[in-house]
Amino acid sequence: MTTEQRTIRVLIAKPGLDGHDRGAKVVARALRDAGMEVIYTGIRQTPEMIAEAALQEDVDVVGLSILSGAHLELFPRVVAELKQRGVDDVLLFCGGIIPEADVPAVQAMGFTGVFGPGTDTTQIIEFVREHAKERA
Amino acid sequence: MDAAELVAGVAAGDRRALARAITHVEADSPAGRAVLAGLYPRTGGAHTIGVTGSAGVGKSTLVGALAREERRRGRTVGIVAVDPSSPFSHGAILGDRIRMQDLTADAGVFMRSMASRGNLGGLAEAASGVVDVLDAAGYDIVIVETVGAGQDEVEVATAAESTVLVSTPAGGDDVQSMKAGLMEIAQIMVVNKADLAGVETTVMQLRGLLAIAPPRGWTPPIVKTVARTNDGIAELVDALDAHRAYLRGSAHAAAERRELARAQIVALARAALYRQALATAAHEGVLATLVEEVATRRRDPRDAAQTLLAAVWRHGQDTHEA
Ligand code: B12
Ligand SMILES: Nc1nc2c(ncn2[C@@H]2O[C@H](COP(=O)(O)OP(=O)(O)OP(=O)(O)O)[C@@H](O)[C@H]2O)c(=O)[nH]1
Ligand SMILES: [Mg+2]
Repeated sequence: MTTEQRTIRVLIAKPGLDGHDRGAKVVARALRDAGMEVIYTGIRQTPEMIAEAALQEDVDVVGLSILSGAHLELFPRVVAELKQRGVDDVLLFCGGIIPEADVPAVQAMGFTGVFGPGTDTTQIIEFVREHAKERA
Repeated sequence: MDAAELVAGVAAGDRRALARAITHVEADSPAGRAVLAGLYPRTGGAHTIGVTGSAGVGKSTLVGALAREERRRGRTVGIVAVDPSSPFSHGAILGDRIRMQDLTADAGVFMRSMASRGNLGGLAEAASGVVDVLDAAGYDIVIVETVGAGQDEVEVATAAESTVLVSTPAGGDDVQSMKAGLMEIAQIMVVNKADLAGVETTVMQLRGLLAIAPPRGWTPPIVKTVARTNDGIAELVDALDAHRAYLRGSAHAAAERRELARAQIVALARAALYRQALATAAHEGVLATLVEEVATRRRDPRDAAQTLLAAVWRHGQDTHEA
């Protein structure tokens, strides 16, 4: 790689005890096929593990996939763990089963994009391309 | 953070600076080169270990188990895991963390995933640089896991002092067809998945191959492991410690270090040359012309390769004068 465009690195993680991993894998594959490098950590991640992986992998984007209904409890803890480690320049987004009523709260936590069941993956790819932050 | 700040941060144990330094080294940017130049004098303290073997033999599981045993012995561990990039999209799914989840919460471990980014030979081009950064950061042990793709992945020997070659009973045919080169770079042979039938056959085949290999100062031991249950992992770490003691203690130490340095320089120069050749070929349309000439049999491929090299050489001189 030369100085042209930096490869976008994305962490896809599943917080909590949620075993639904199809969506996370679909998203990971779609982003790979769009030329990104995707670190997939597997299921059952604690907020601490997710933040630590984001730090070590120096990713540009952190995506959380959750279908268990525990997003309002787990997402703020992930954000807090990231902040505690000084990881303050990543793009946050998420998907899974997040009821319409919760979307404003999730967005207020910093998750700029929220994508539910049936989302076309091209939409997700476009979102990342558009919002992944430029780095100095 | 500029290069000097990153070097200072890595030296001071700042994990975020370390992560960012690796990103620059991976990109082979001017900042990355400055970071490596600044950190290189601090390297040499770590025992660097390469783990290679075909896809699915259990490399990541083994690296996780190995790291846990090293931690039990009070050592800190840096890990670099390389997975293949898609030749079509250039993207990659880096999944080696899945097998090392519990290590993520351990402050004595730092793990980084890398995509091969088109490099052949089982490693990413920058992998040895990332090993150097983790070494400079003070990790006692630095382990690098190669892409599990084939039999020609001898490049790992240029990134680590001790190379562990992993095979499995299920891969008995694999062992028989193992290329001599791969056998020769390995200092420790692991037969993983020793819980499966056929272990002894694989061990015997390996012994047979070792018997006909040219004699060396170090005779590679064969260690049976079940990475999933930690069976044999302590023995593997003992073998690695013995190899490290051999490297550091004996009269061979200086010669081995020079051999590793030589291999690294040549591998990096070759990779840089290859990249430059491709860039020149694309830039001046040289390649397209040569392809046309060879395809229509007006020029032979060897002559075309020489012509391409001549263009690369000219191009190199131009950019130096500029
Ligand atoms: C398949 C399925 C299962 C499978 C899971 C297989 C697997 N390995 O994934 C099995 C049968 C195991 C299962 C089990 C359970 N399930 Co279930 N399951 C489903 C089902 C039918 C489909 C989920 C799915 O795979 N969809 C296909 C994928 C591709 O879609 P997706 O995950 O939504 O992902 C898309 C988007 O959401 C988004 N996306 C997802 N993640 C991310 C991440 C990022 C970063 C981004 C940008 C986008 C994104 O992009 C994707 C592509 O469009 C849903 C119902 C539904 N319609 O969603 C229930 C559902 C999720 N399950 C449910 C429940 C309750 C359970 C169980 C607790 C049932 C039980 N009592 O045993 C268990 C729990 C298992 C566990 N350990 O967690 C509930 C959850 C209710 C809630 N949250 O309030 C649901 C909603 C069904 C329901 N209506 O009640 N389940
Ligand atoms: N039976 C058995 N299975 C094992 C053992 N070690 C690993 N495995 C399984 O082998 C499969 C592959 O393991 P990985 O550790 O991902 O192998 P790998 O060589 O890193 O794979 P790649 O990185 O894809 O080349 C997993 O399902 C492991 O659980 C073992 O000792 N015995
Ligand atoms: Mg692996």
